[in-house]
Amino acid sequence: MKLVQELWESLAEALIGLGAVVRFLLRLVAASPRALLRLDLISQQIYNAGALSLVIIMLSGLFVGMVLGLQGFQLLQRFGSEEALGVAATIGLVKELGPVVTALLFAGRAGTALASELGLMRATDQLSAMEMMAVDPIRRVVVPRFLGGVIAMPLLAAIFSVIGIYGAQLVGVQIMGVDAGSFWSQMRGAVGLRDIYEGIVKSCIFGVTCSLIAVYQGYYALPTAEGVGRATTRTVVTSAVFILFLDYLITAVFL
Amino acid sequence: MNQSTSIVEIRNLSYAVNGGRPVFAGLDMDISRGRVTAVMGPSGTGKTTLLRLITGQLRADKGSIVVAGQELRGMKRADLYVLRRRMGMLFQNGALLTDLSVFENVAFPLREHTDLPERLIRQLVLTKLQAVGLRGAAELMPGELSGGMSRRVALARAIVMDPEILIYDEPFVGLDPISLGVILRLIRRLNDALGITSIVVSHDVHEISTVADVIFLLSGGKVVARGTPPELQSYPSEIVRQFIGGLADGPVPFHFPAPDYFGELLARGEDA
Repeated sequence: MKLVQELWESLAEALIGLGAVVRFLLRLVAASPRALLRLDLISQQIYNAGALSLVIIMLSGLFVGMVLGLQGFQLLQRFGSEEALGVAATIGLVKELGPVVTALLFAGRAGTALASELGLMRATDQLSAMEMMAVDPIRRVVVPRFLGGVIAMPLLAAIFSVIGIYGAQLVGVQIMGVDAGSFWSQMRGAVGLRDIYEGIVKSCIFGVTCSLIAVYQGYYALPTAEGVGRATTRTVVTSAVFILFLDYLITAVFL
Repeated sequence: MNQSTSIVEIRNLSYAVNGGRPVFAGLDMDISRGRVTAVMGPSGTGKTTLLRLITGQLRADKGSIVVAGQELRGMKRADLYVLRRRMGMLFQNGALLTDLSVFENVAFPLREHTDLPERLIRQLVLTKLQAVGLRGAAELMPGELSGGMSRRVALARAIVMDPEILIYDEPFVGLDPISLGVILRLIRRLNDALGITSIVVSHDVHEISTVADVIFLLSGGKVVARGTPPELQSYPSEIVRQFIGGLADGPVPFHFPAPDYFGELLARGEDA
């Protein structure tokens, strides 16, 4: 009986937390039109969240693609259909690995940076100082960071997938000897716009999710060293869980 | 006190942290226009809370706060922001925006609130930086400044919009004697030269006595004494004497409330 009550309480707590996050999202959306007038601020944040994550995204994309090429080749060879490697790798990357791994890396690289930056701004009174200067920190600081992340994510996922396909090709065609012509032509024949569309939808939703979690955790971090540390950890953990959960949900919807 | 000379009027103010321990219960206070007013008191008496209430960062539970003729109770966010443009605040650690240079920090309110041409912004910023003696540091980043310098830059930023009220939250904490002297002189000079009202929260008795026109001494959520620095020196109240004289024990006890000392020492630990 006690267990049921505890479970119920933690469920209620989680729902309240979710409600607070959704309310925060609505505040961000409401402040977005005015924040969009400051393109300089947003492009700066696209640079921070996107360009600075490029190296890790490209490297990871290459390795994931290479592993996919290797594993895919081994598997497909058993059925004598190694020409289908291009299709398998591309579908896997565009629909799943591209958006998901990019989002996980984004949470680790850009999400933590966002959360700790905002948390430290809170801890050092920078956000209060802005309020005292009659500048809304949500509009001036939080929304540009949020939008920067939202815009950067699909771009990063696309780059990840492209590099990944190149990596699969590198291992499959250059090393394992799959015919280059059939690798590319089968891929072009079998991968449809709908697959790419699914990948784009996923990475857009992950972009909103990861950026929202990061700015929420940072903005409401306790203004202490421990509080900021916890906000950063929570950003990664919550983002990871939500990405994988939403990934399943979106995949199910698309099928 | 005549209404027109008060820029901040607080009547019967009550405030409790999250509905728990009351910080203020029935506080009354008038802050005169054009003076340097100090708010003093032992740590934990809610001096900083009072500043946050006056600036509308916190909302009072009961009572009224009138700032520059406007009642804060029930004021909308947008109106509060309009009112705040007439106030400047210096935070304890300066609270400079760490991703902007000194120049851009001081220019920040101008860029956010005005469409002034770059040339004019430059002139205004350099004038304010000159006033705090840091024109030469314009291109430095906040991380490269000492504590005293950060506070002076923050001061330049606080006055760049020409506020009517300038609020200082513990401006002397952790400063060396030279920086402290500089800040003290700036408080007086800015107050007189710009014709503004200064509110200084501090617990540094000696320092504040050299610069304040009026001192309010807070304790237990109430004003326990009000007067000029010399008046407070000879104030006929034990708590004022304890605070001004810096005595360890008195009406403000040395010990945090605790169970009986011997009883606790001799008691066997439950888990021992």
